[in-house]
Amino acid sequence: MTAVEDPIKTTAIGTSMKRREDPKLLAGESKYVDDIQVVGQLWMGMVRSPMAHARITSIDTSAAEVAEGVHSVLTGPQLQDMGLWIAPLPCAWPVTEDMVNPPHYPAAIDEVHHVGEIVAVVLADSRYGAVDAAEQVVVDYEPLDAVASVAAAQDGSVTAHSEHETNKAYHWPLVPDPDALEAAFANAVHTVKAEFVQQRLIPAAMEPRGVLAVPSPMGGDVTLYSATQVPHILKVMIAATTGIPESKIRVIAPAVGGGFGAKLNINPDEILAVTLANRLGRAVRWTESRSEAAFSTHQGRGQLQTIELAADADGKLQGVRVHVDADLGAYMMLLTPGVPLLGSFLYTGVYAVPAFGFTCDGYFTNLTPTDAYRGAGRPEASYAIERAMDILAAQVGIGPDEIRRRNYLAGGEYFENLEVPSTLVFDSGNYGPNLDRALELADYDGLRAEQARRRAAGESKQLGIGMVTYVEICGLAPSRALGGLSYGAGGWEHATVRLLPTGKAEVVSGSTPHGQGHETTWSQIVSDKLGIPPEDITVLHSDTAISPLGLDTYGSRSLAVGGVAIAAACDKVVEKAKQIAAHQMEASADDLEFAHGMFSVSGSPDQAMPIQAIAFGAFTAHDLPDGMEPNLQEQVTFDPTNFVFPFGTHVCTVEIDEDTGAVELLSYVAVDDCGNQVNPMIVEGQLHGGIVQGIAQALFEEACYDEDGNLTNPSLMDYLVPSAADVPSMVTDYTVTPSTSNPLGVKGAGEAGTISSAAAVMNAVVDALSPYGVVDMDMPATPQRVWRTINEAKGGQA
Amino acid sequence: MEVSVTVNGKHRSADVEPRTLLVHFLRDTLGLTGTNVGCDTSSCGACTIHFNGESAKSCTMFAVQADGAEITTIEGLASEAGEMHPMQQAFMDCHGLQCGYCTPGMVMAATSLVAENPGGLDEAGVREGLEGNLCRCTGYHNIVKAVLSVGGAG
Repeated sequence: MTAVEDPIKTTAIGTSMKRREDPKLLAGESKYVDDIQVVGQLWMGMVRSPMAHARITSIDTSAAEVAEGVHSVLTGPQLQDMGLWIAPLPCAWPVTEDMVNPPHYPAAIDEVHHVGEIVAVVLADSRYGAVDAAEQVVVDYEPLDAVASVAAAQDGSVTAHSEHETNKAYHWPLVPDPDALEAAFANAVHTVKAEFVQQRLIPAAMEPRGVLAVPSPMGGDVTLYSATQVPHILKVMIAATTGIPESKIRVIAPAVGGGFGAKLNINPDEILAVTLANRLGRAVRWTESRSEAAFSTHQGRGQLQTIELAADADGKLQGVRVHVDADLGAYMMLLTPGVPLLGSFLYTGVYAVPAFGFTCDGYFTNLTPTDAYRGAGRPEASYAIERAMDILAAQVGIGPDEIRRRNYLAGGEYFENLEVPSTLVFDSGNYGPNLDRALELADYDGLRAEQARRRAAGESKQLGIGMVTYVEICGLAPSRALGGLSYGAGGWEHATVRLLPTGKAEVVSGSTPHGQGHETTWSQIVSDKLGIPPEDITVLHSDTAISPLGLDTYGSRSLAVGGVAIAAACDKVVEKAKQIAAHQMEASADDLEFAHGMFSVSGSPDQAMPIQAIAFGAFTAHDLPDGMEPNLQEQVTFDPTNFVFPFGTHVCTVEIDEDTGAVELLSYVAVDDCGNQVNPMIVEGQLHGGIVQGIAQALFEEACYDEDGNLTNPSLMDYLVPSAADVPSMVTDYTVTPSTSNPLGVKGAGEAGTISSAAAVMNAVVDALSPYGVVDMDMPATPQRVWRTINEAKGGQA
Repeated sequence: MEVSVTVNGKHRSADVEPRTLLVHFLRDTLGLTGTNVGCDTSSCGACTIHFNGESAKSCTMFAVQADGAEITTIEGLASEAGEMHPMQQAFMDCHGLQCGYCTPGMVMAATSLVAENPGGLDEAGVREGLEGNLCRCTGYHNIVKAVLSVGGAG
């Protein structure tokens, strides 16, 4: 018997279909913003402040104005006088009613507040000409003292904004039961207090940001191509900031080369390009240089955390108390103030904790603003609780696996819809089996035996083993929940699914990919649901004219919100098609079955109609049920009722050369649970990349500032984005605990790796150094820092 | 200055400013936008091409230095019939790309690395050999897998 492979089986939900995005990307055919050329375009060059805090006393544009190929030179005050904007750049997350939010204009008017702030722009007819002319603008500054750290901000003797009396922007508390928290600590047998530094990170998506604004002077509309994660949000915000009617603005995110949160903002360059293009009637463009990106794109992290644990004699947690001091940078960008709070709900991790309290103070500094970076608040939270649990384990005298088992929610067994002390309801979890699998894959007992052997032998290369069980909150988000957090938008996502007359399908999604493979995943869902081969499905997205409704891609929300919307729209299409089929086959709709794209009458398999034929019938509309609208097109806007809570256990092994301080990653095992998977290959890829970004924070990356607020490592020569030679291959596996928050049972996977891996690596590093009495160490664990820590612990010179 | 090169088997010449970087000559003058620019310090390798048969970072040279050279860019890697190069196919099969921005440079560097190691590569060799090409999406795991599937030892 010859087996005929059902093509659907290789593309259905749950299979690793190869990505349909890849042939174009691999041929260099996909167009990123900088690949798109428009006749008559002007290149924008930015004159940026070299000072972190200064008053602008004069700007001399005369040399630049007469430079060859220069169209115009415009200073901040001139741009302001042109009336290009009606409001400052937006912050969509006023976390408290009294939050301080100094106006942030696309260009500084009289005072600069961070290195790299735009003070003037040049428009020239070539890429190089714009950069040259910008260098010829002479700006005089009166330097002001700068606030270059959270500590300096707290000291408050200097303020980052001259008109402010304090650097504090807000105080945000989440303390559900203060008395219970107090009692937990009063009655504790073990307490742990630890302070962690979440250093500033430069997101460094491989494609720098870029914009191209193309006006239509007679039509009055403008098209903005931007390397953005959020074309829909950008469109609304351009309207709100510039006064250009929303209906006249079209935003297109063409191929976008990674985002990681850094491309979800509303940036000065975007507003300048749109407004200048509109005013001049010529296309205006700008492409960020990599070194410029360290100033012109927001950074991530930048938090000081204090976490306290209260536990009983067995190490069972009784209370967790957290305070975060957040380095917001110079201005509130779109989500700046809310990022630290996104983690607030996760400081109790996967553990049953009777009492919990979190407070956060946000501070202005004269540094590049911070905002979302892969994980956005959640890697920080996961790091704090998971590092602190290791400290507690050592204090109680049990292993890191045992301290976790003793504290898992529901005793480490399956649960669903469980309320946790931070007021959330976790959709589902099953932590014990997940830990078991990770320890088994890592050969945990074998690793501990080898570690003991090396320690006993006094070898110079010592092993450290670190583990983390993380949980994260994603699938942003129920709109009501966001409203409760004072977030300025909803969290729904939109999908339209239509069948064309020829039987091909189009799916329109408001979710905007920048490397995640949405076209592949969406076509799998539609193929599975409608029984149409994936190659007959076109996915339309990332253009507000084609996909007018959407809330874009961030917070690991695409599948759990946008994908669910697509599945639901498919269900509606099938329902309508069934009515047509029943009408045309003269059968009762209740008697029809739908499988593999065919409607058939139960018990009479000969009577069948493919959905494609029904699509043609819906198009001609010659024979539809009375009152039915023609065409087969349905839309769904899905607003979830809860977040999703992926989890997993990661086990990392490092080898530390005590003579050099070098840390080598020997193995990395990740057992994740993101519920049901649509494309396991894509899920695994997301985890790989996320894990390495967390490893990068643990071992390599830090945006370093001097006391005057100068970034000392803005280029990729000095800022160590890891290469292939710096990281190992990873071992990945999964447990599957479907979400109860959506009908697909899916959770997010885009940020999970980053949320877990920095803590796993640092737990391993500290574990390796524990024989010296080392209980903590700051990130990144560079050879110099490790060597010093060892030497100090040995009582030598640091 | 006049620059004449053979790119992807076709003779191309143009008049450029002496300071024009080769990558901008390829992208802006010749319209071959598959080669990307990811940094300004020759660190990231997104601009990697084949220059007289060897991989080179096209942001590190002036166009005028390429006068008379044979250049292959990502657009020239597939067969004339449009069949993917085995390395392109391997990247697709192994999910060695996500956003695709580093991919042209990564593929060009990888094909050159494999050609330079006819005896085959091990994992460490691939990782060391691709050190000059940065990727922010994949964590390199599947890139390494793809390259080993084409040029691995044994």
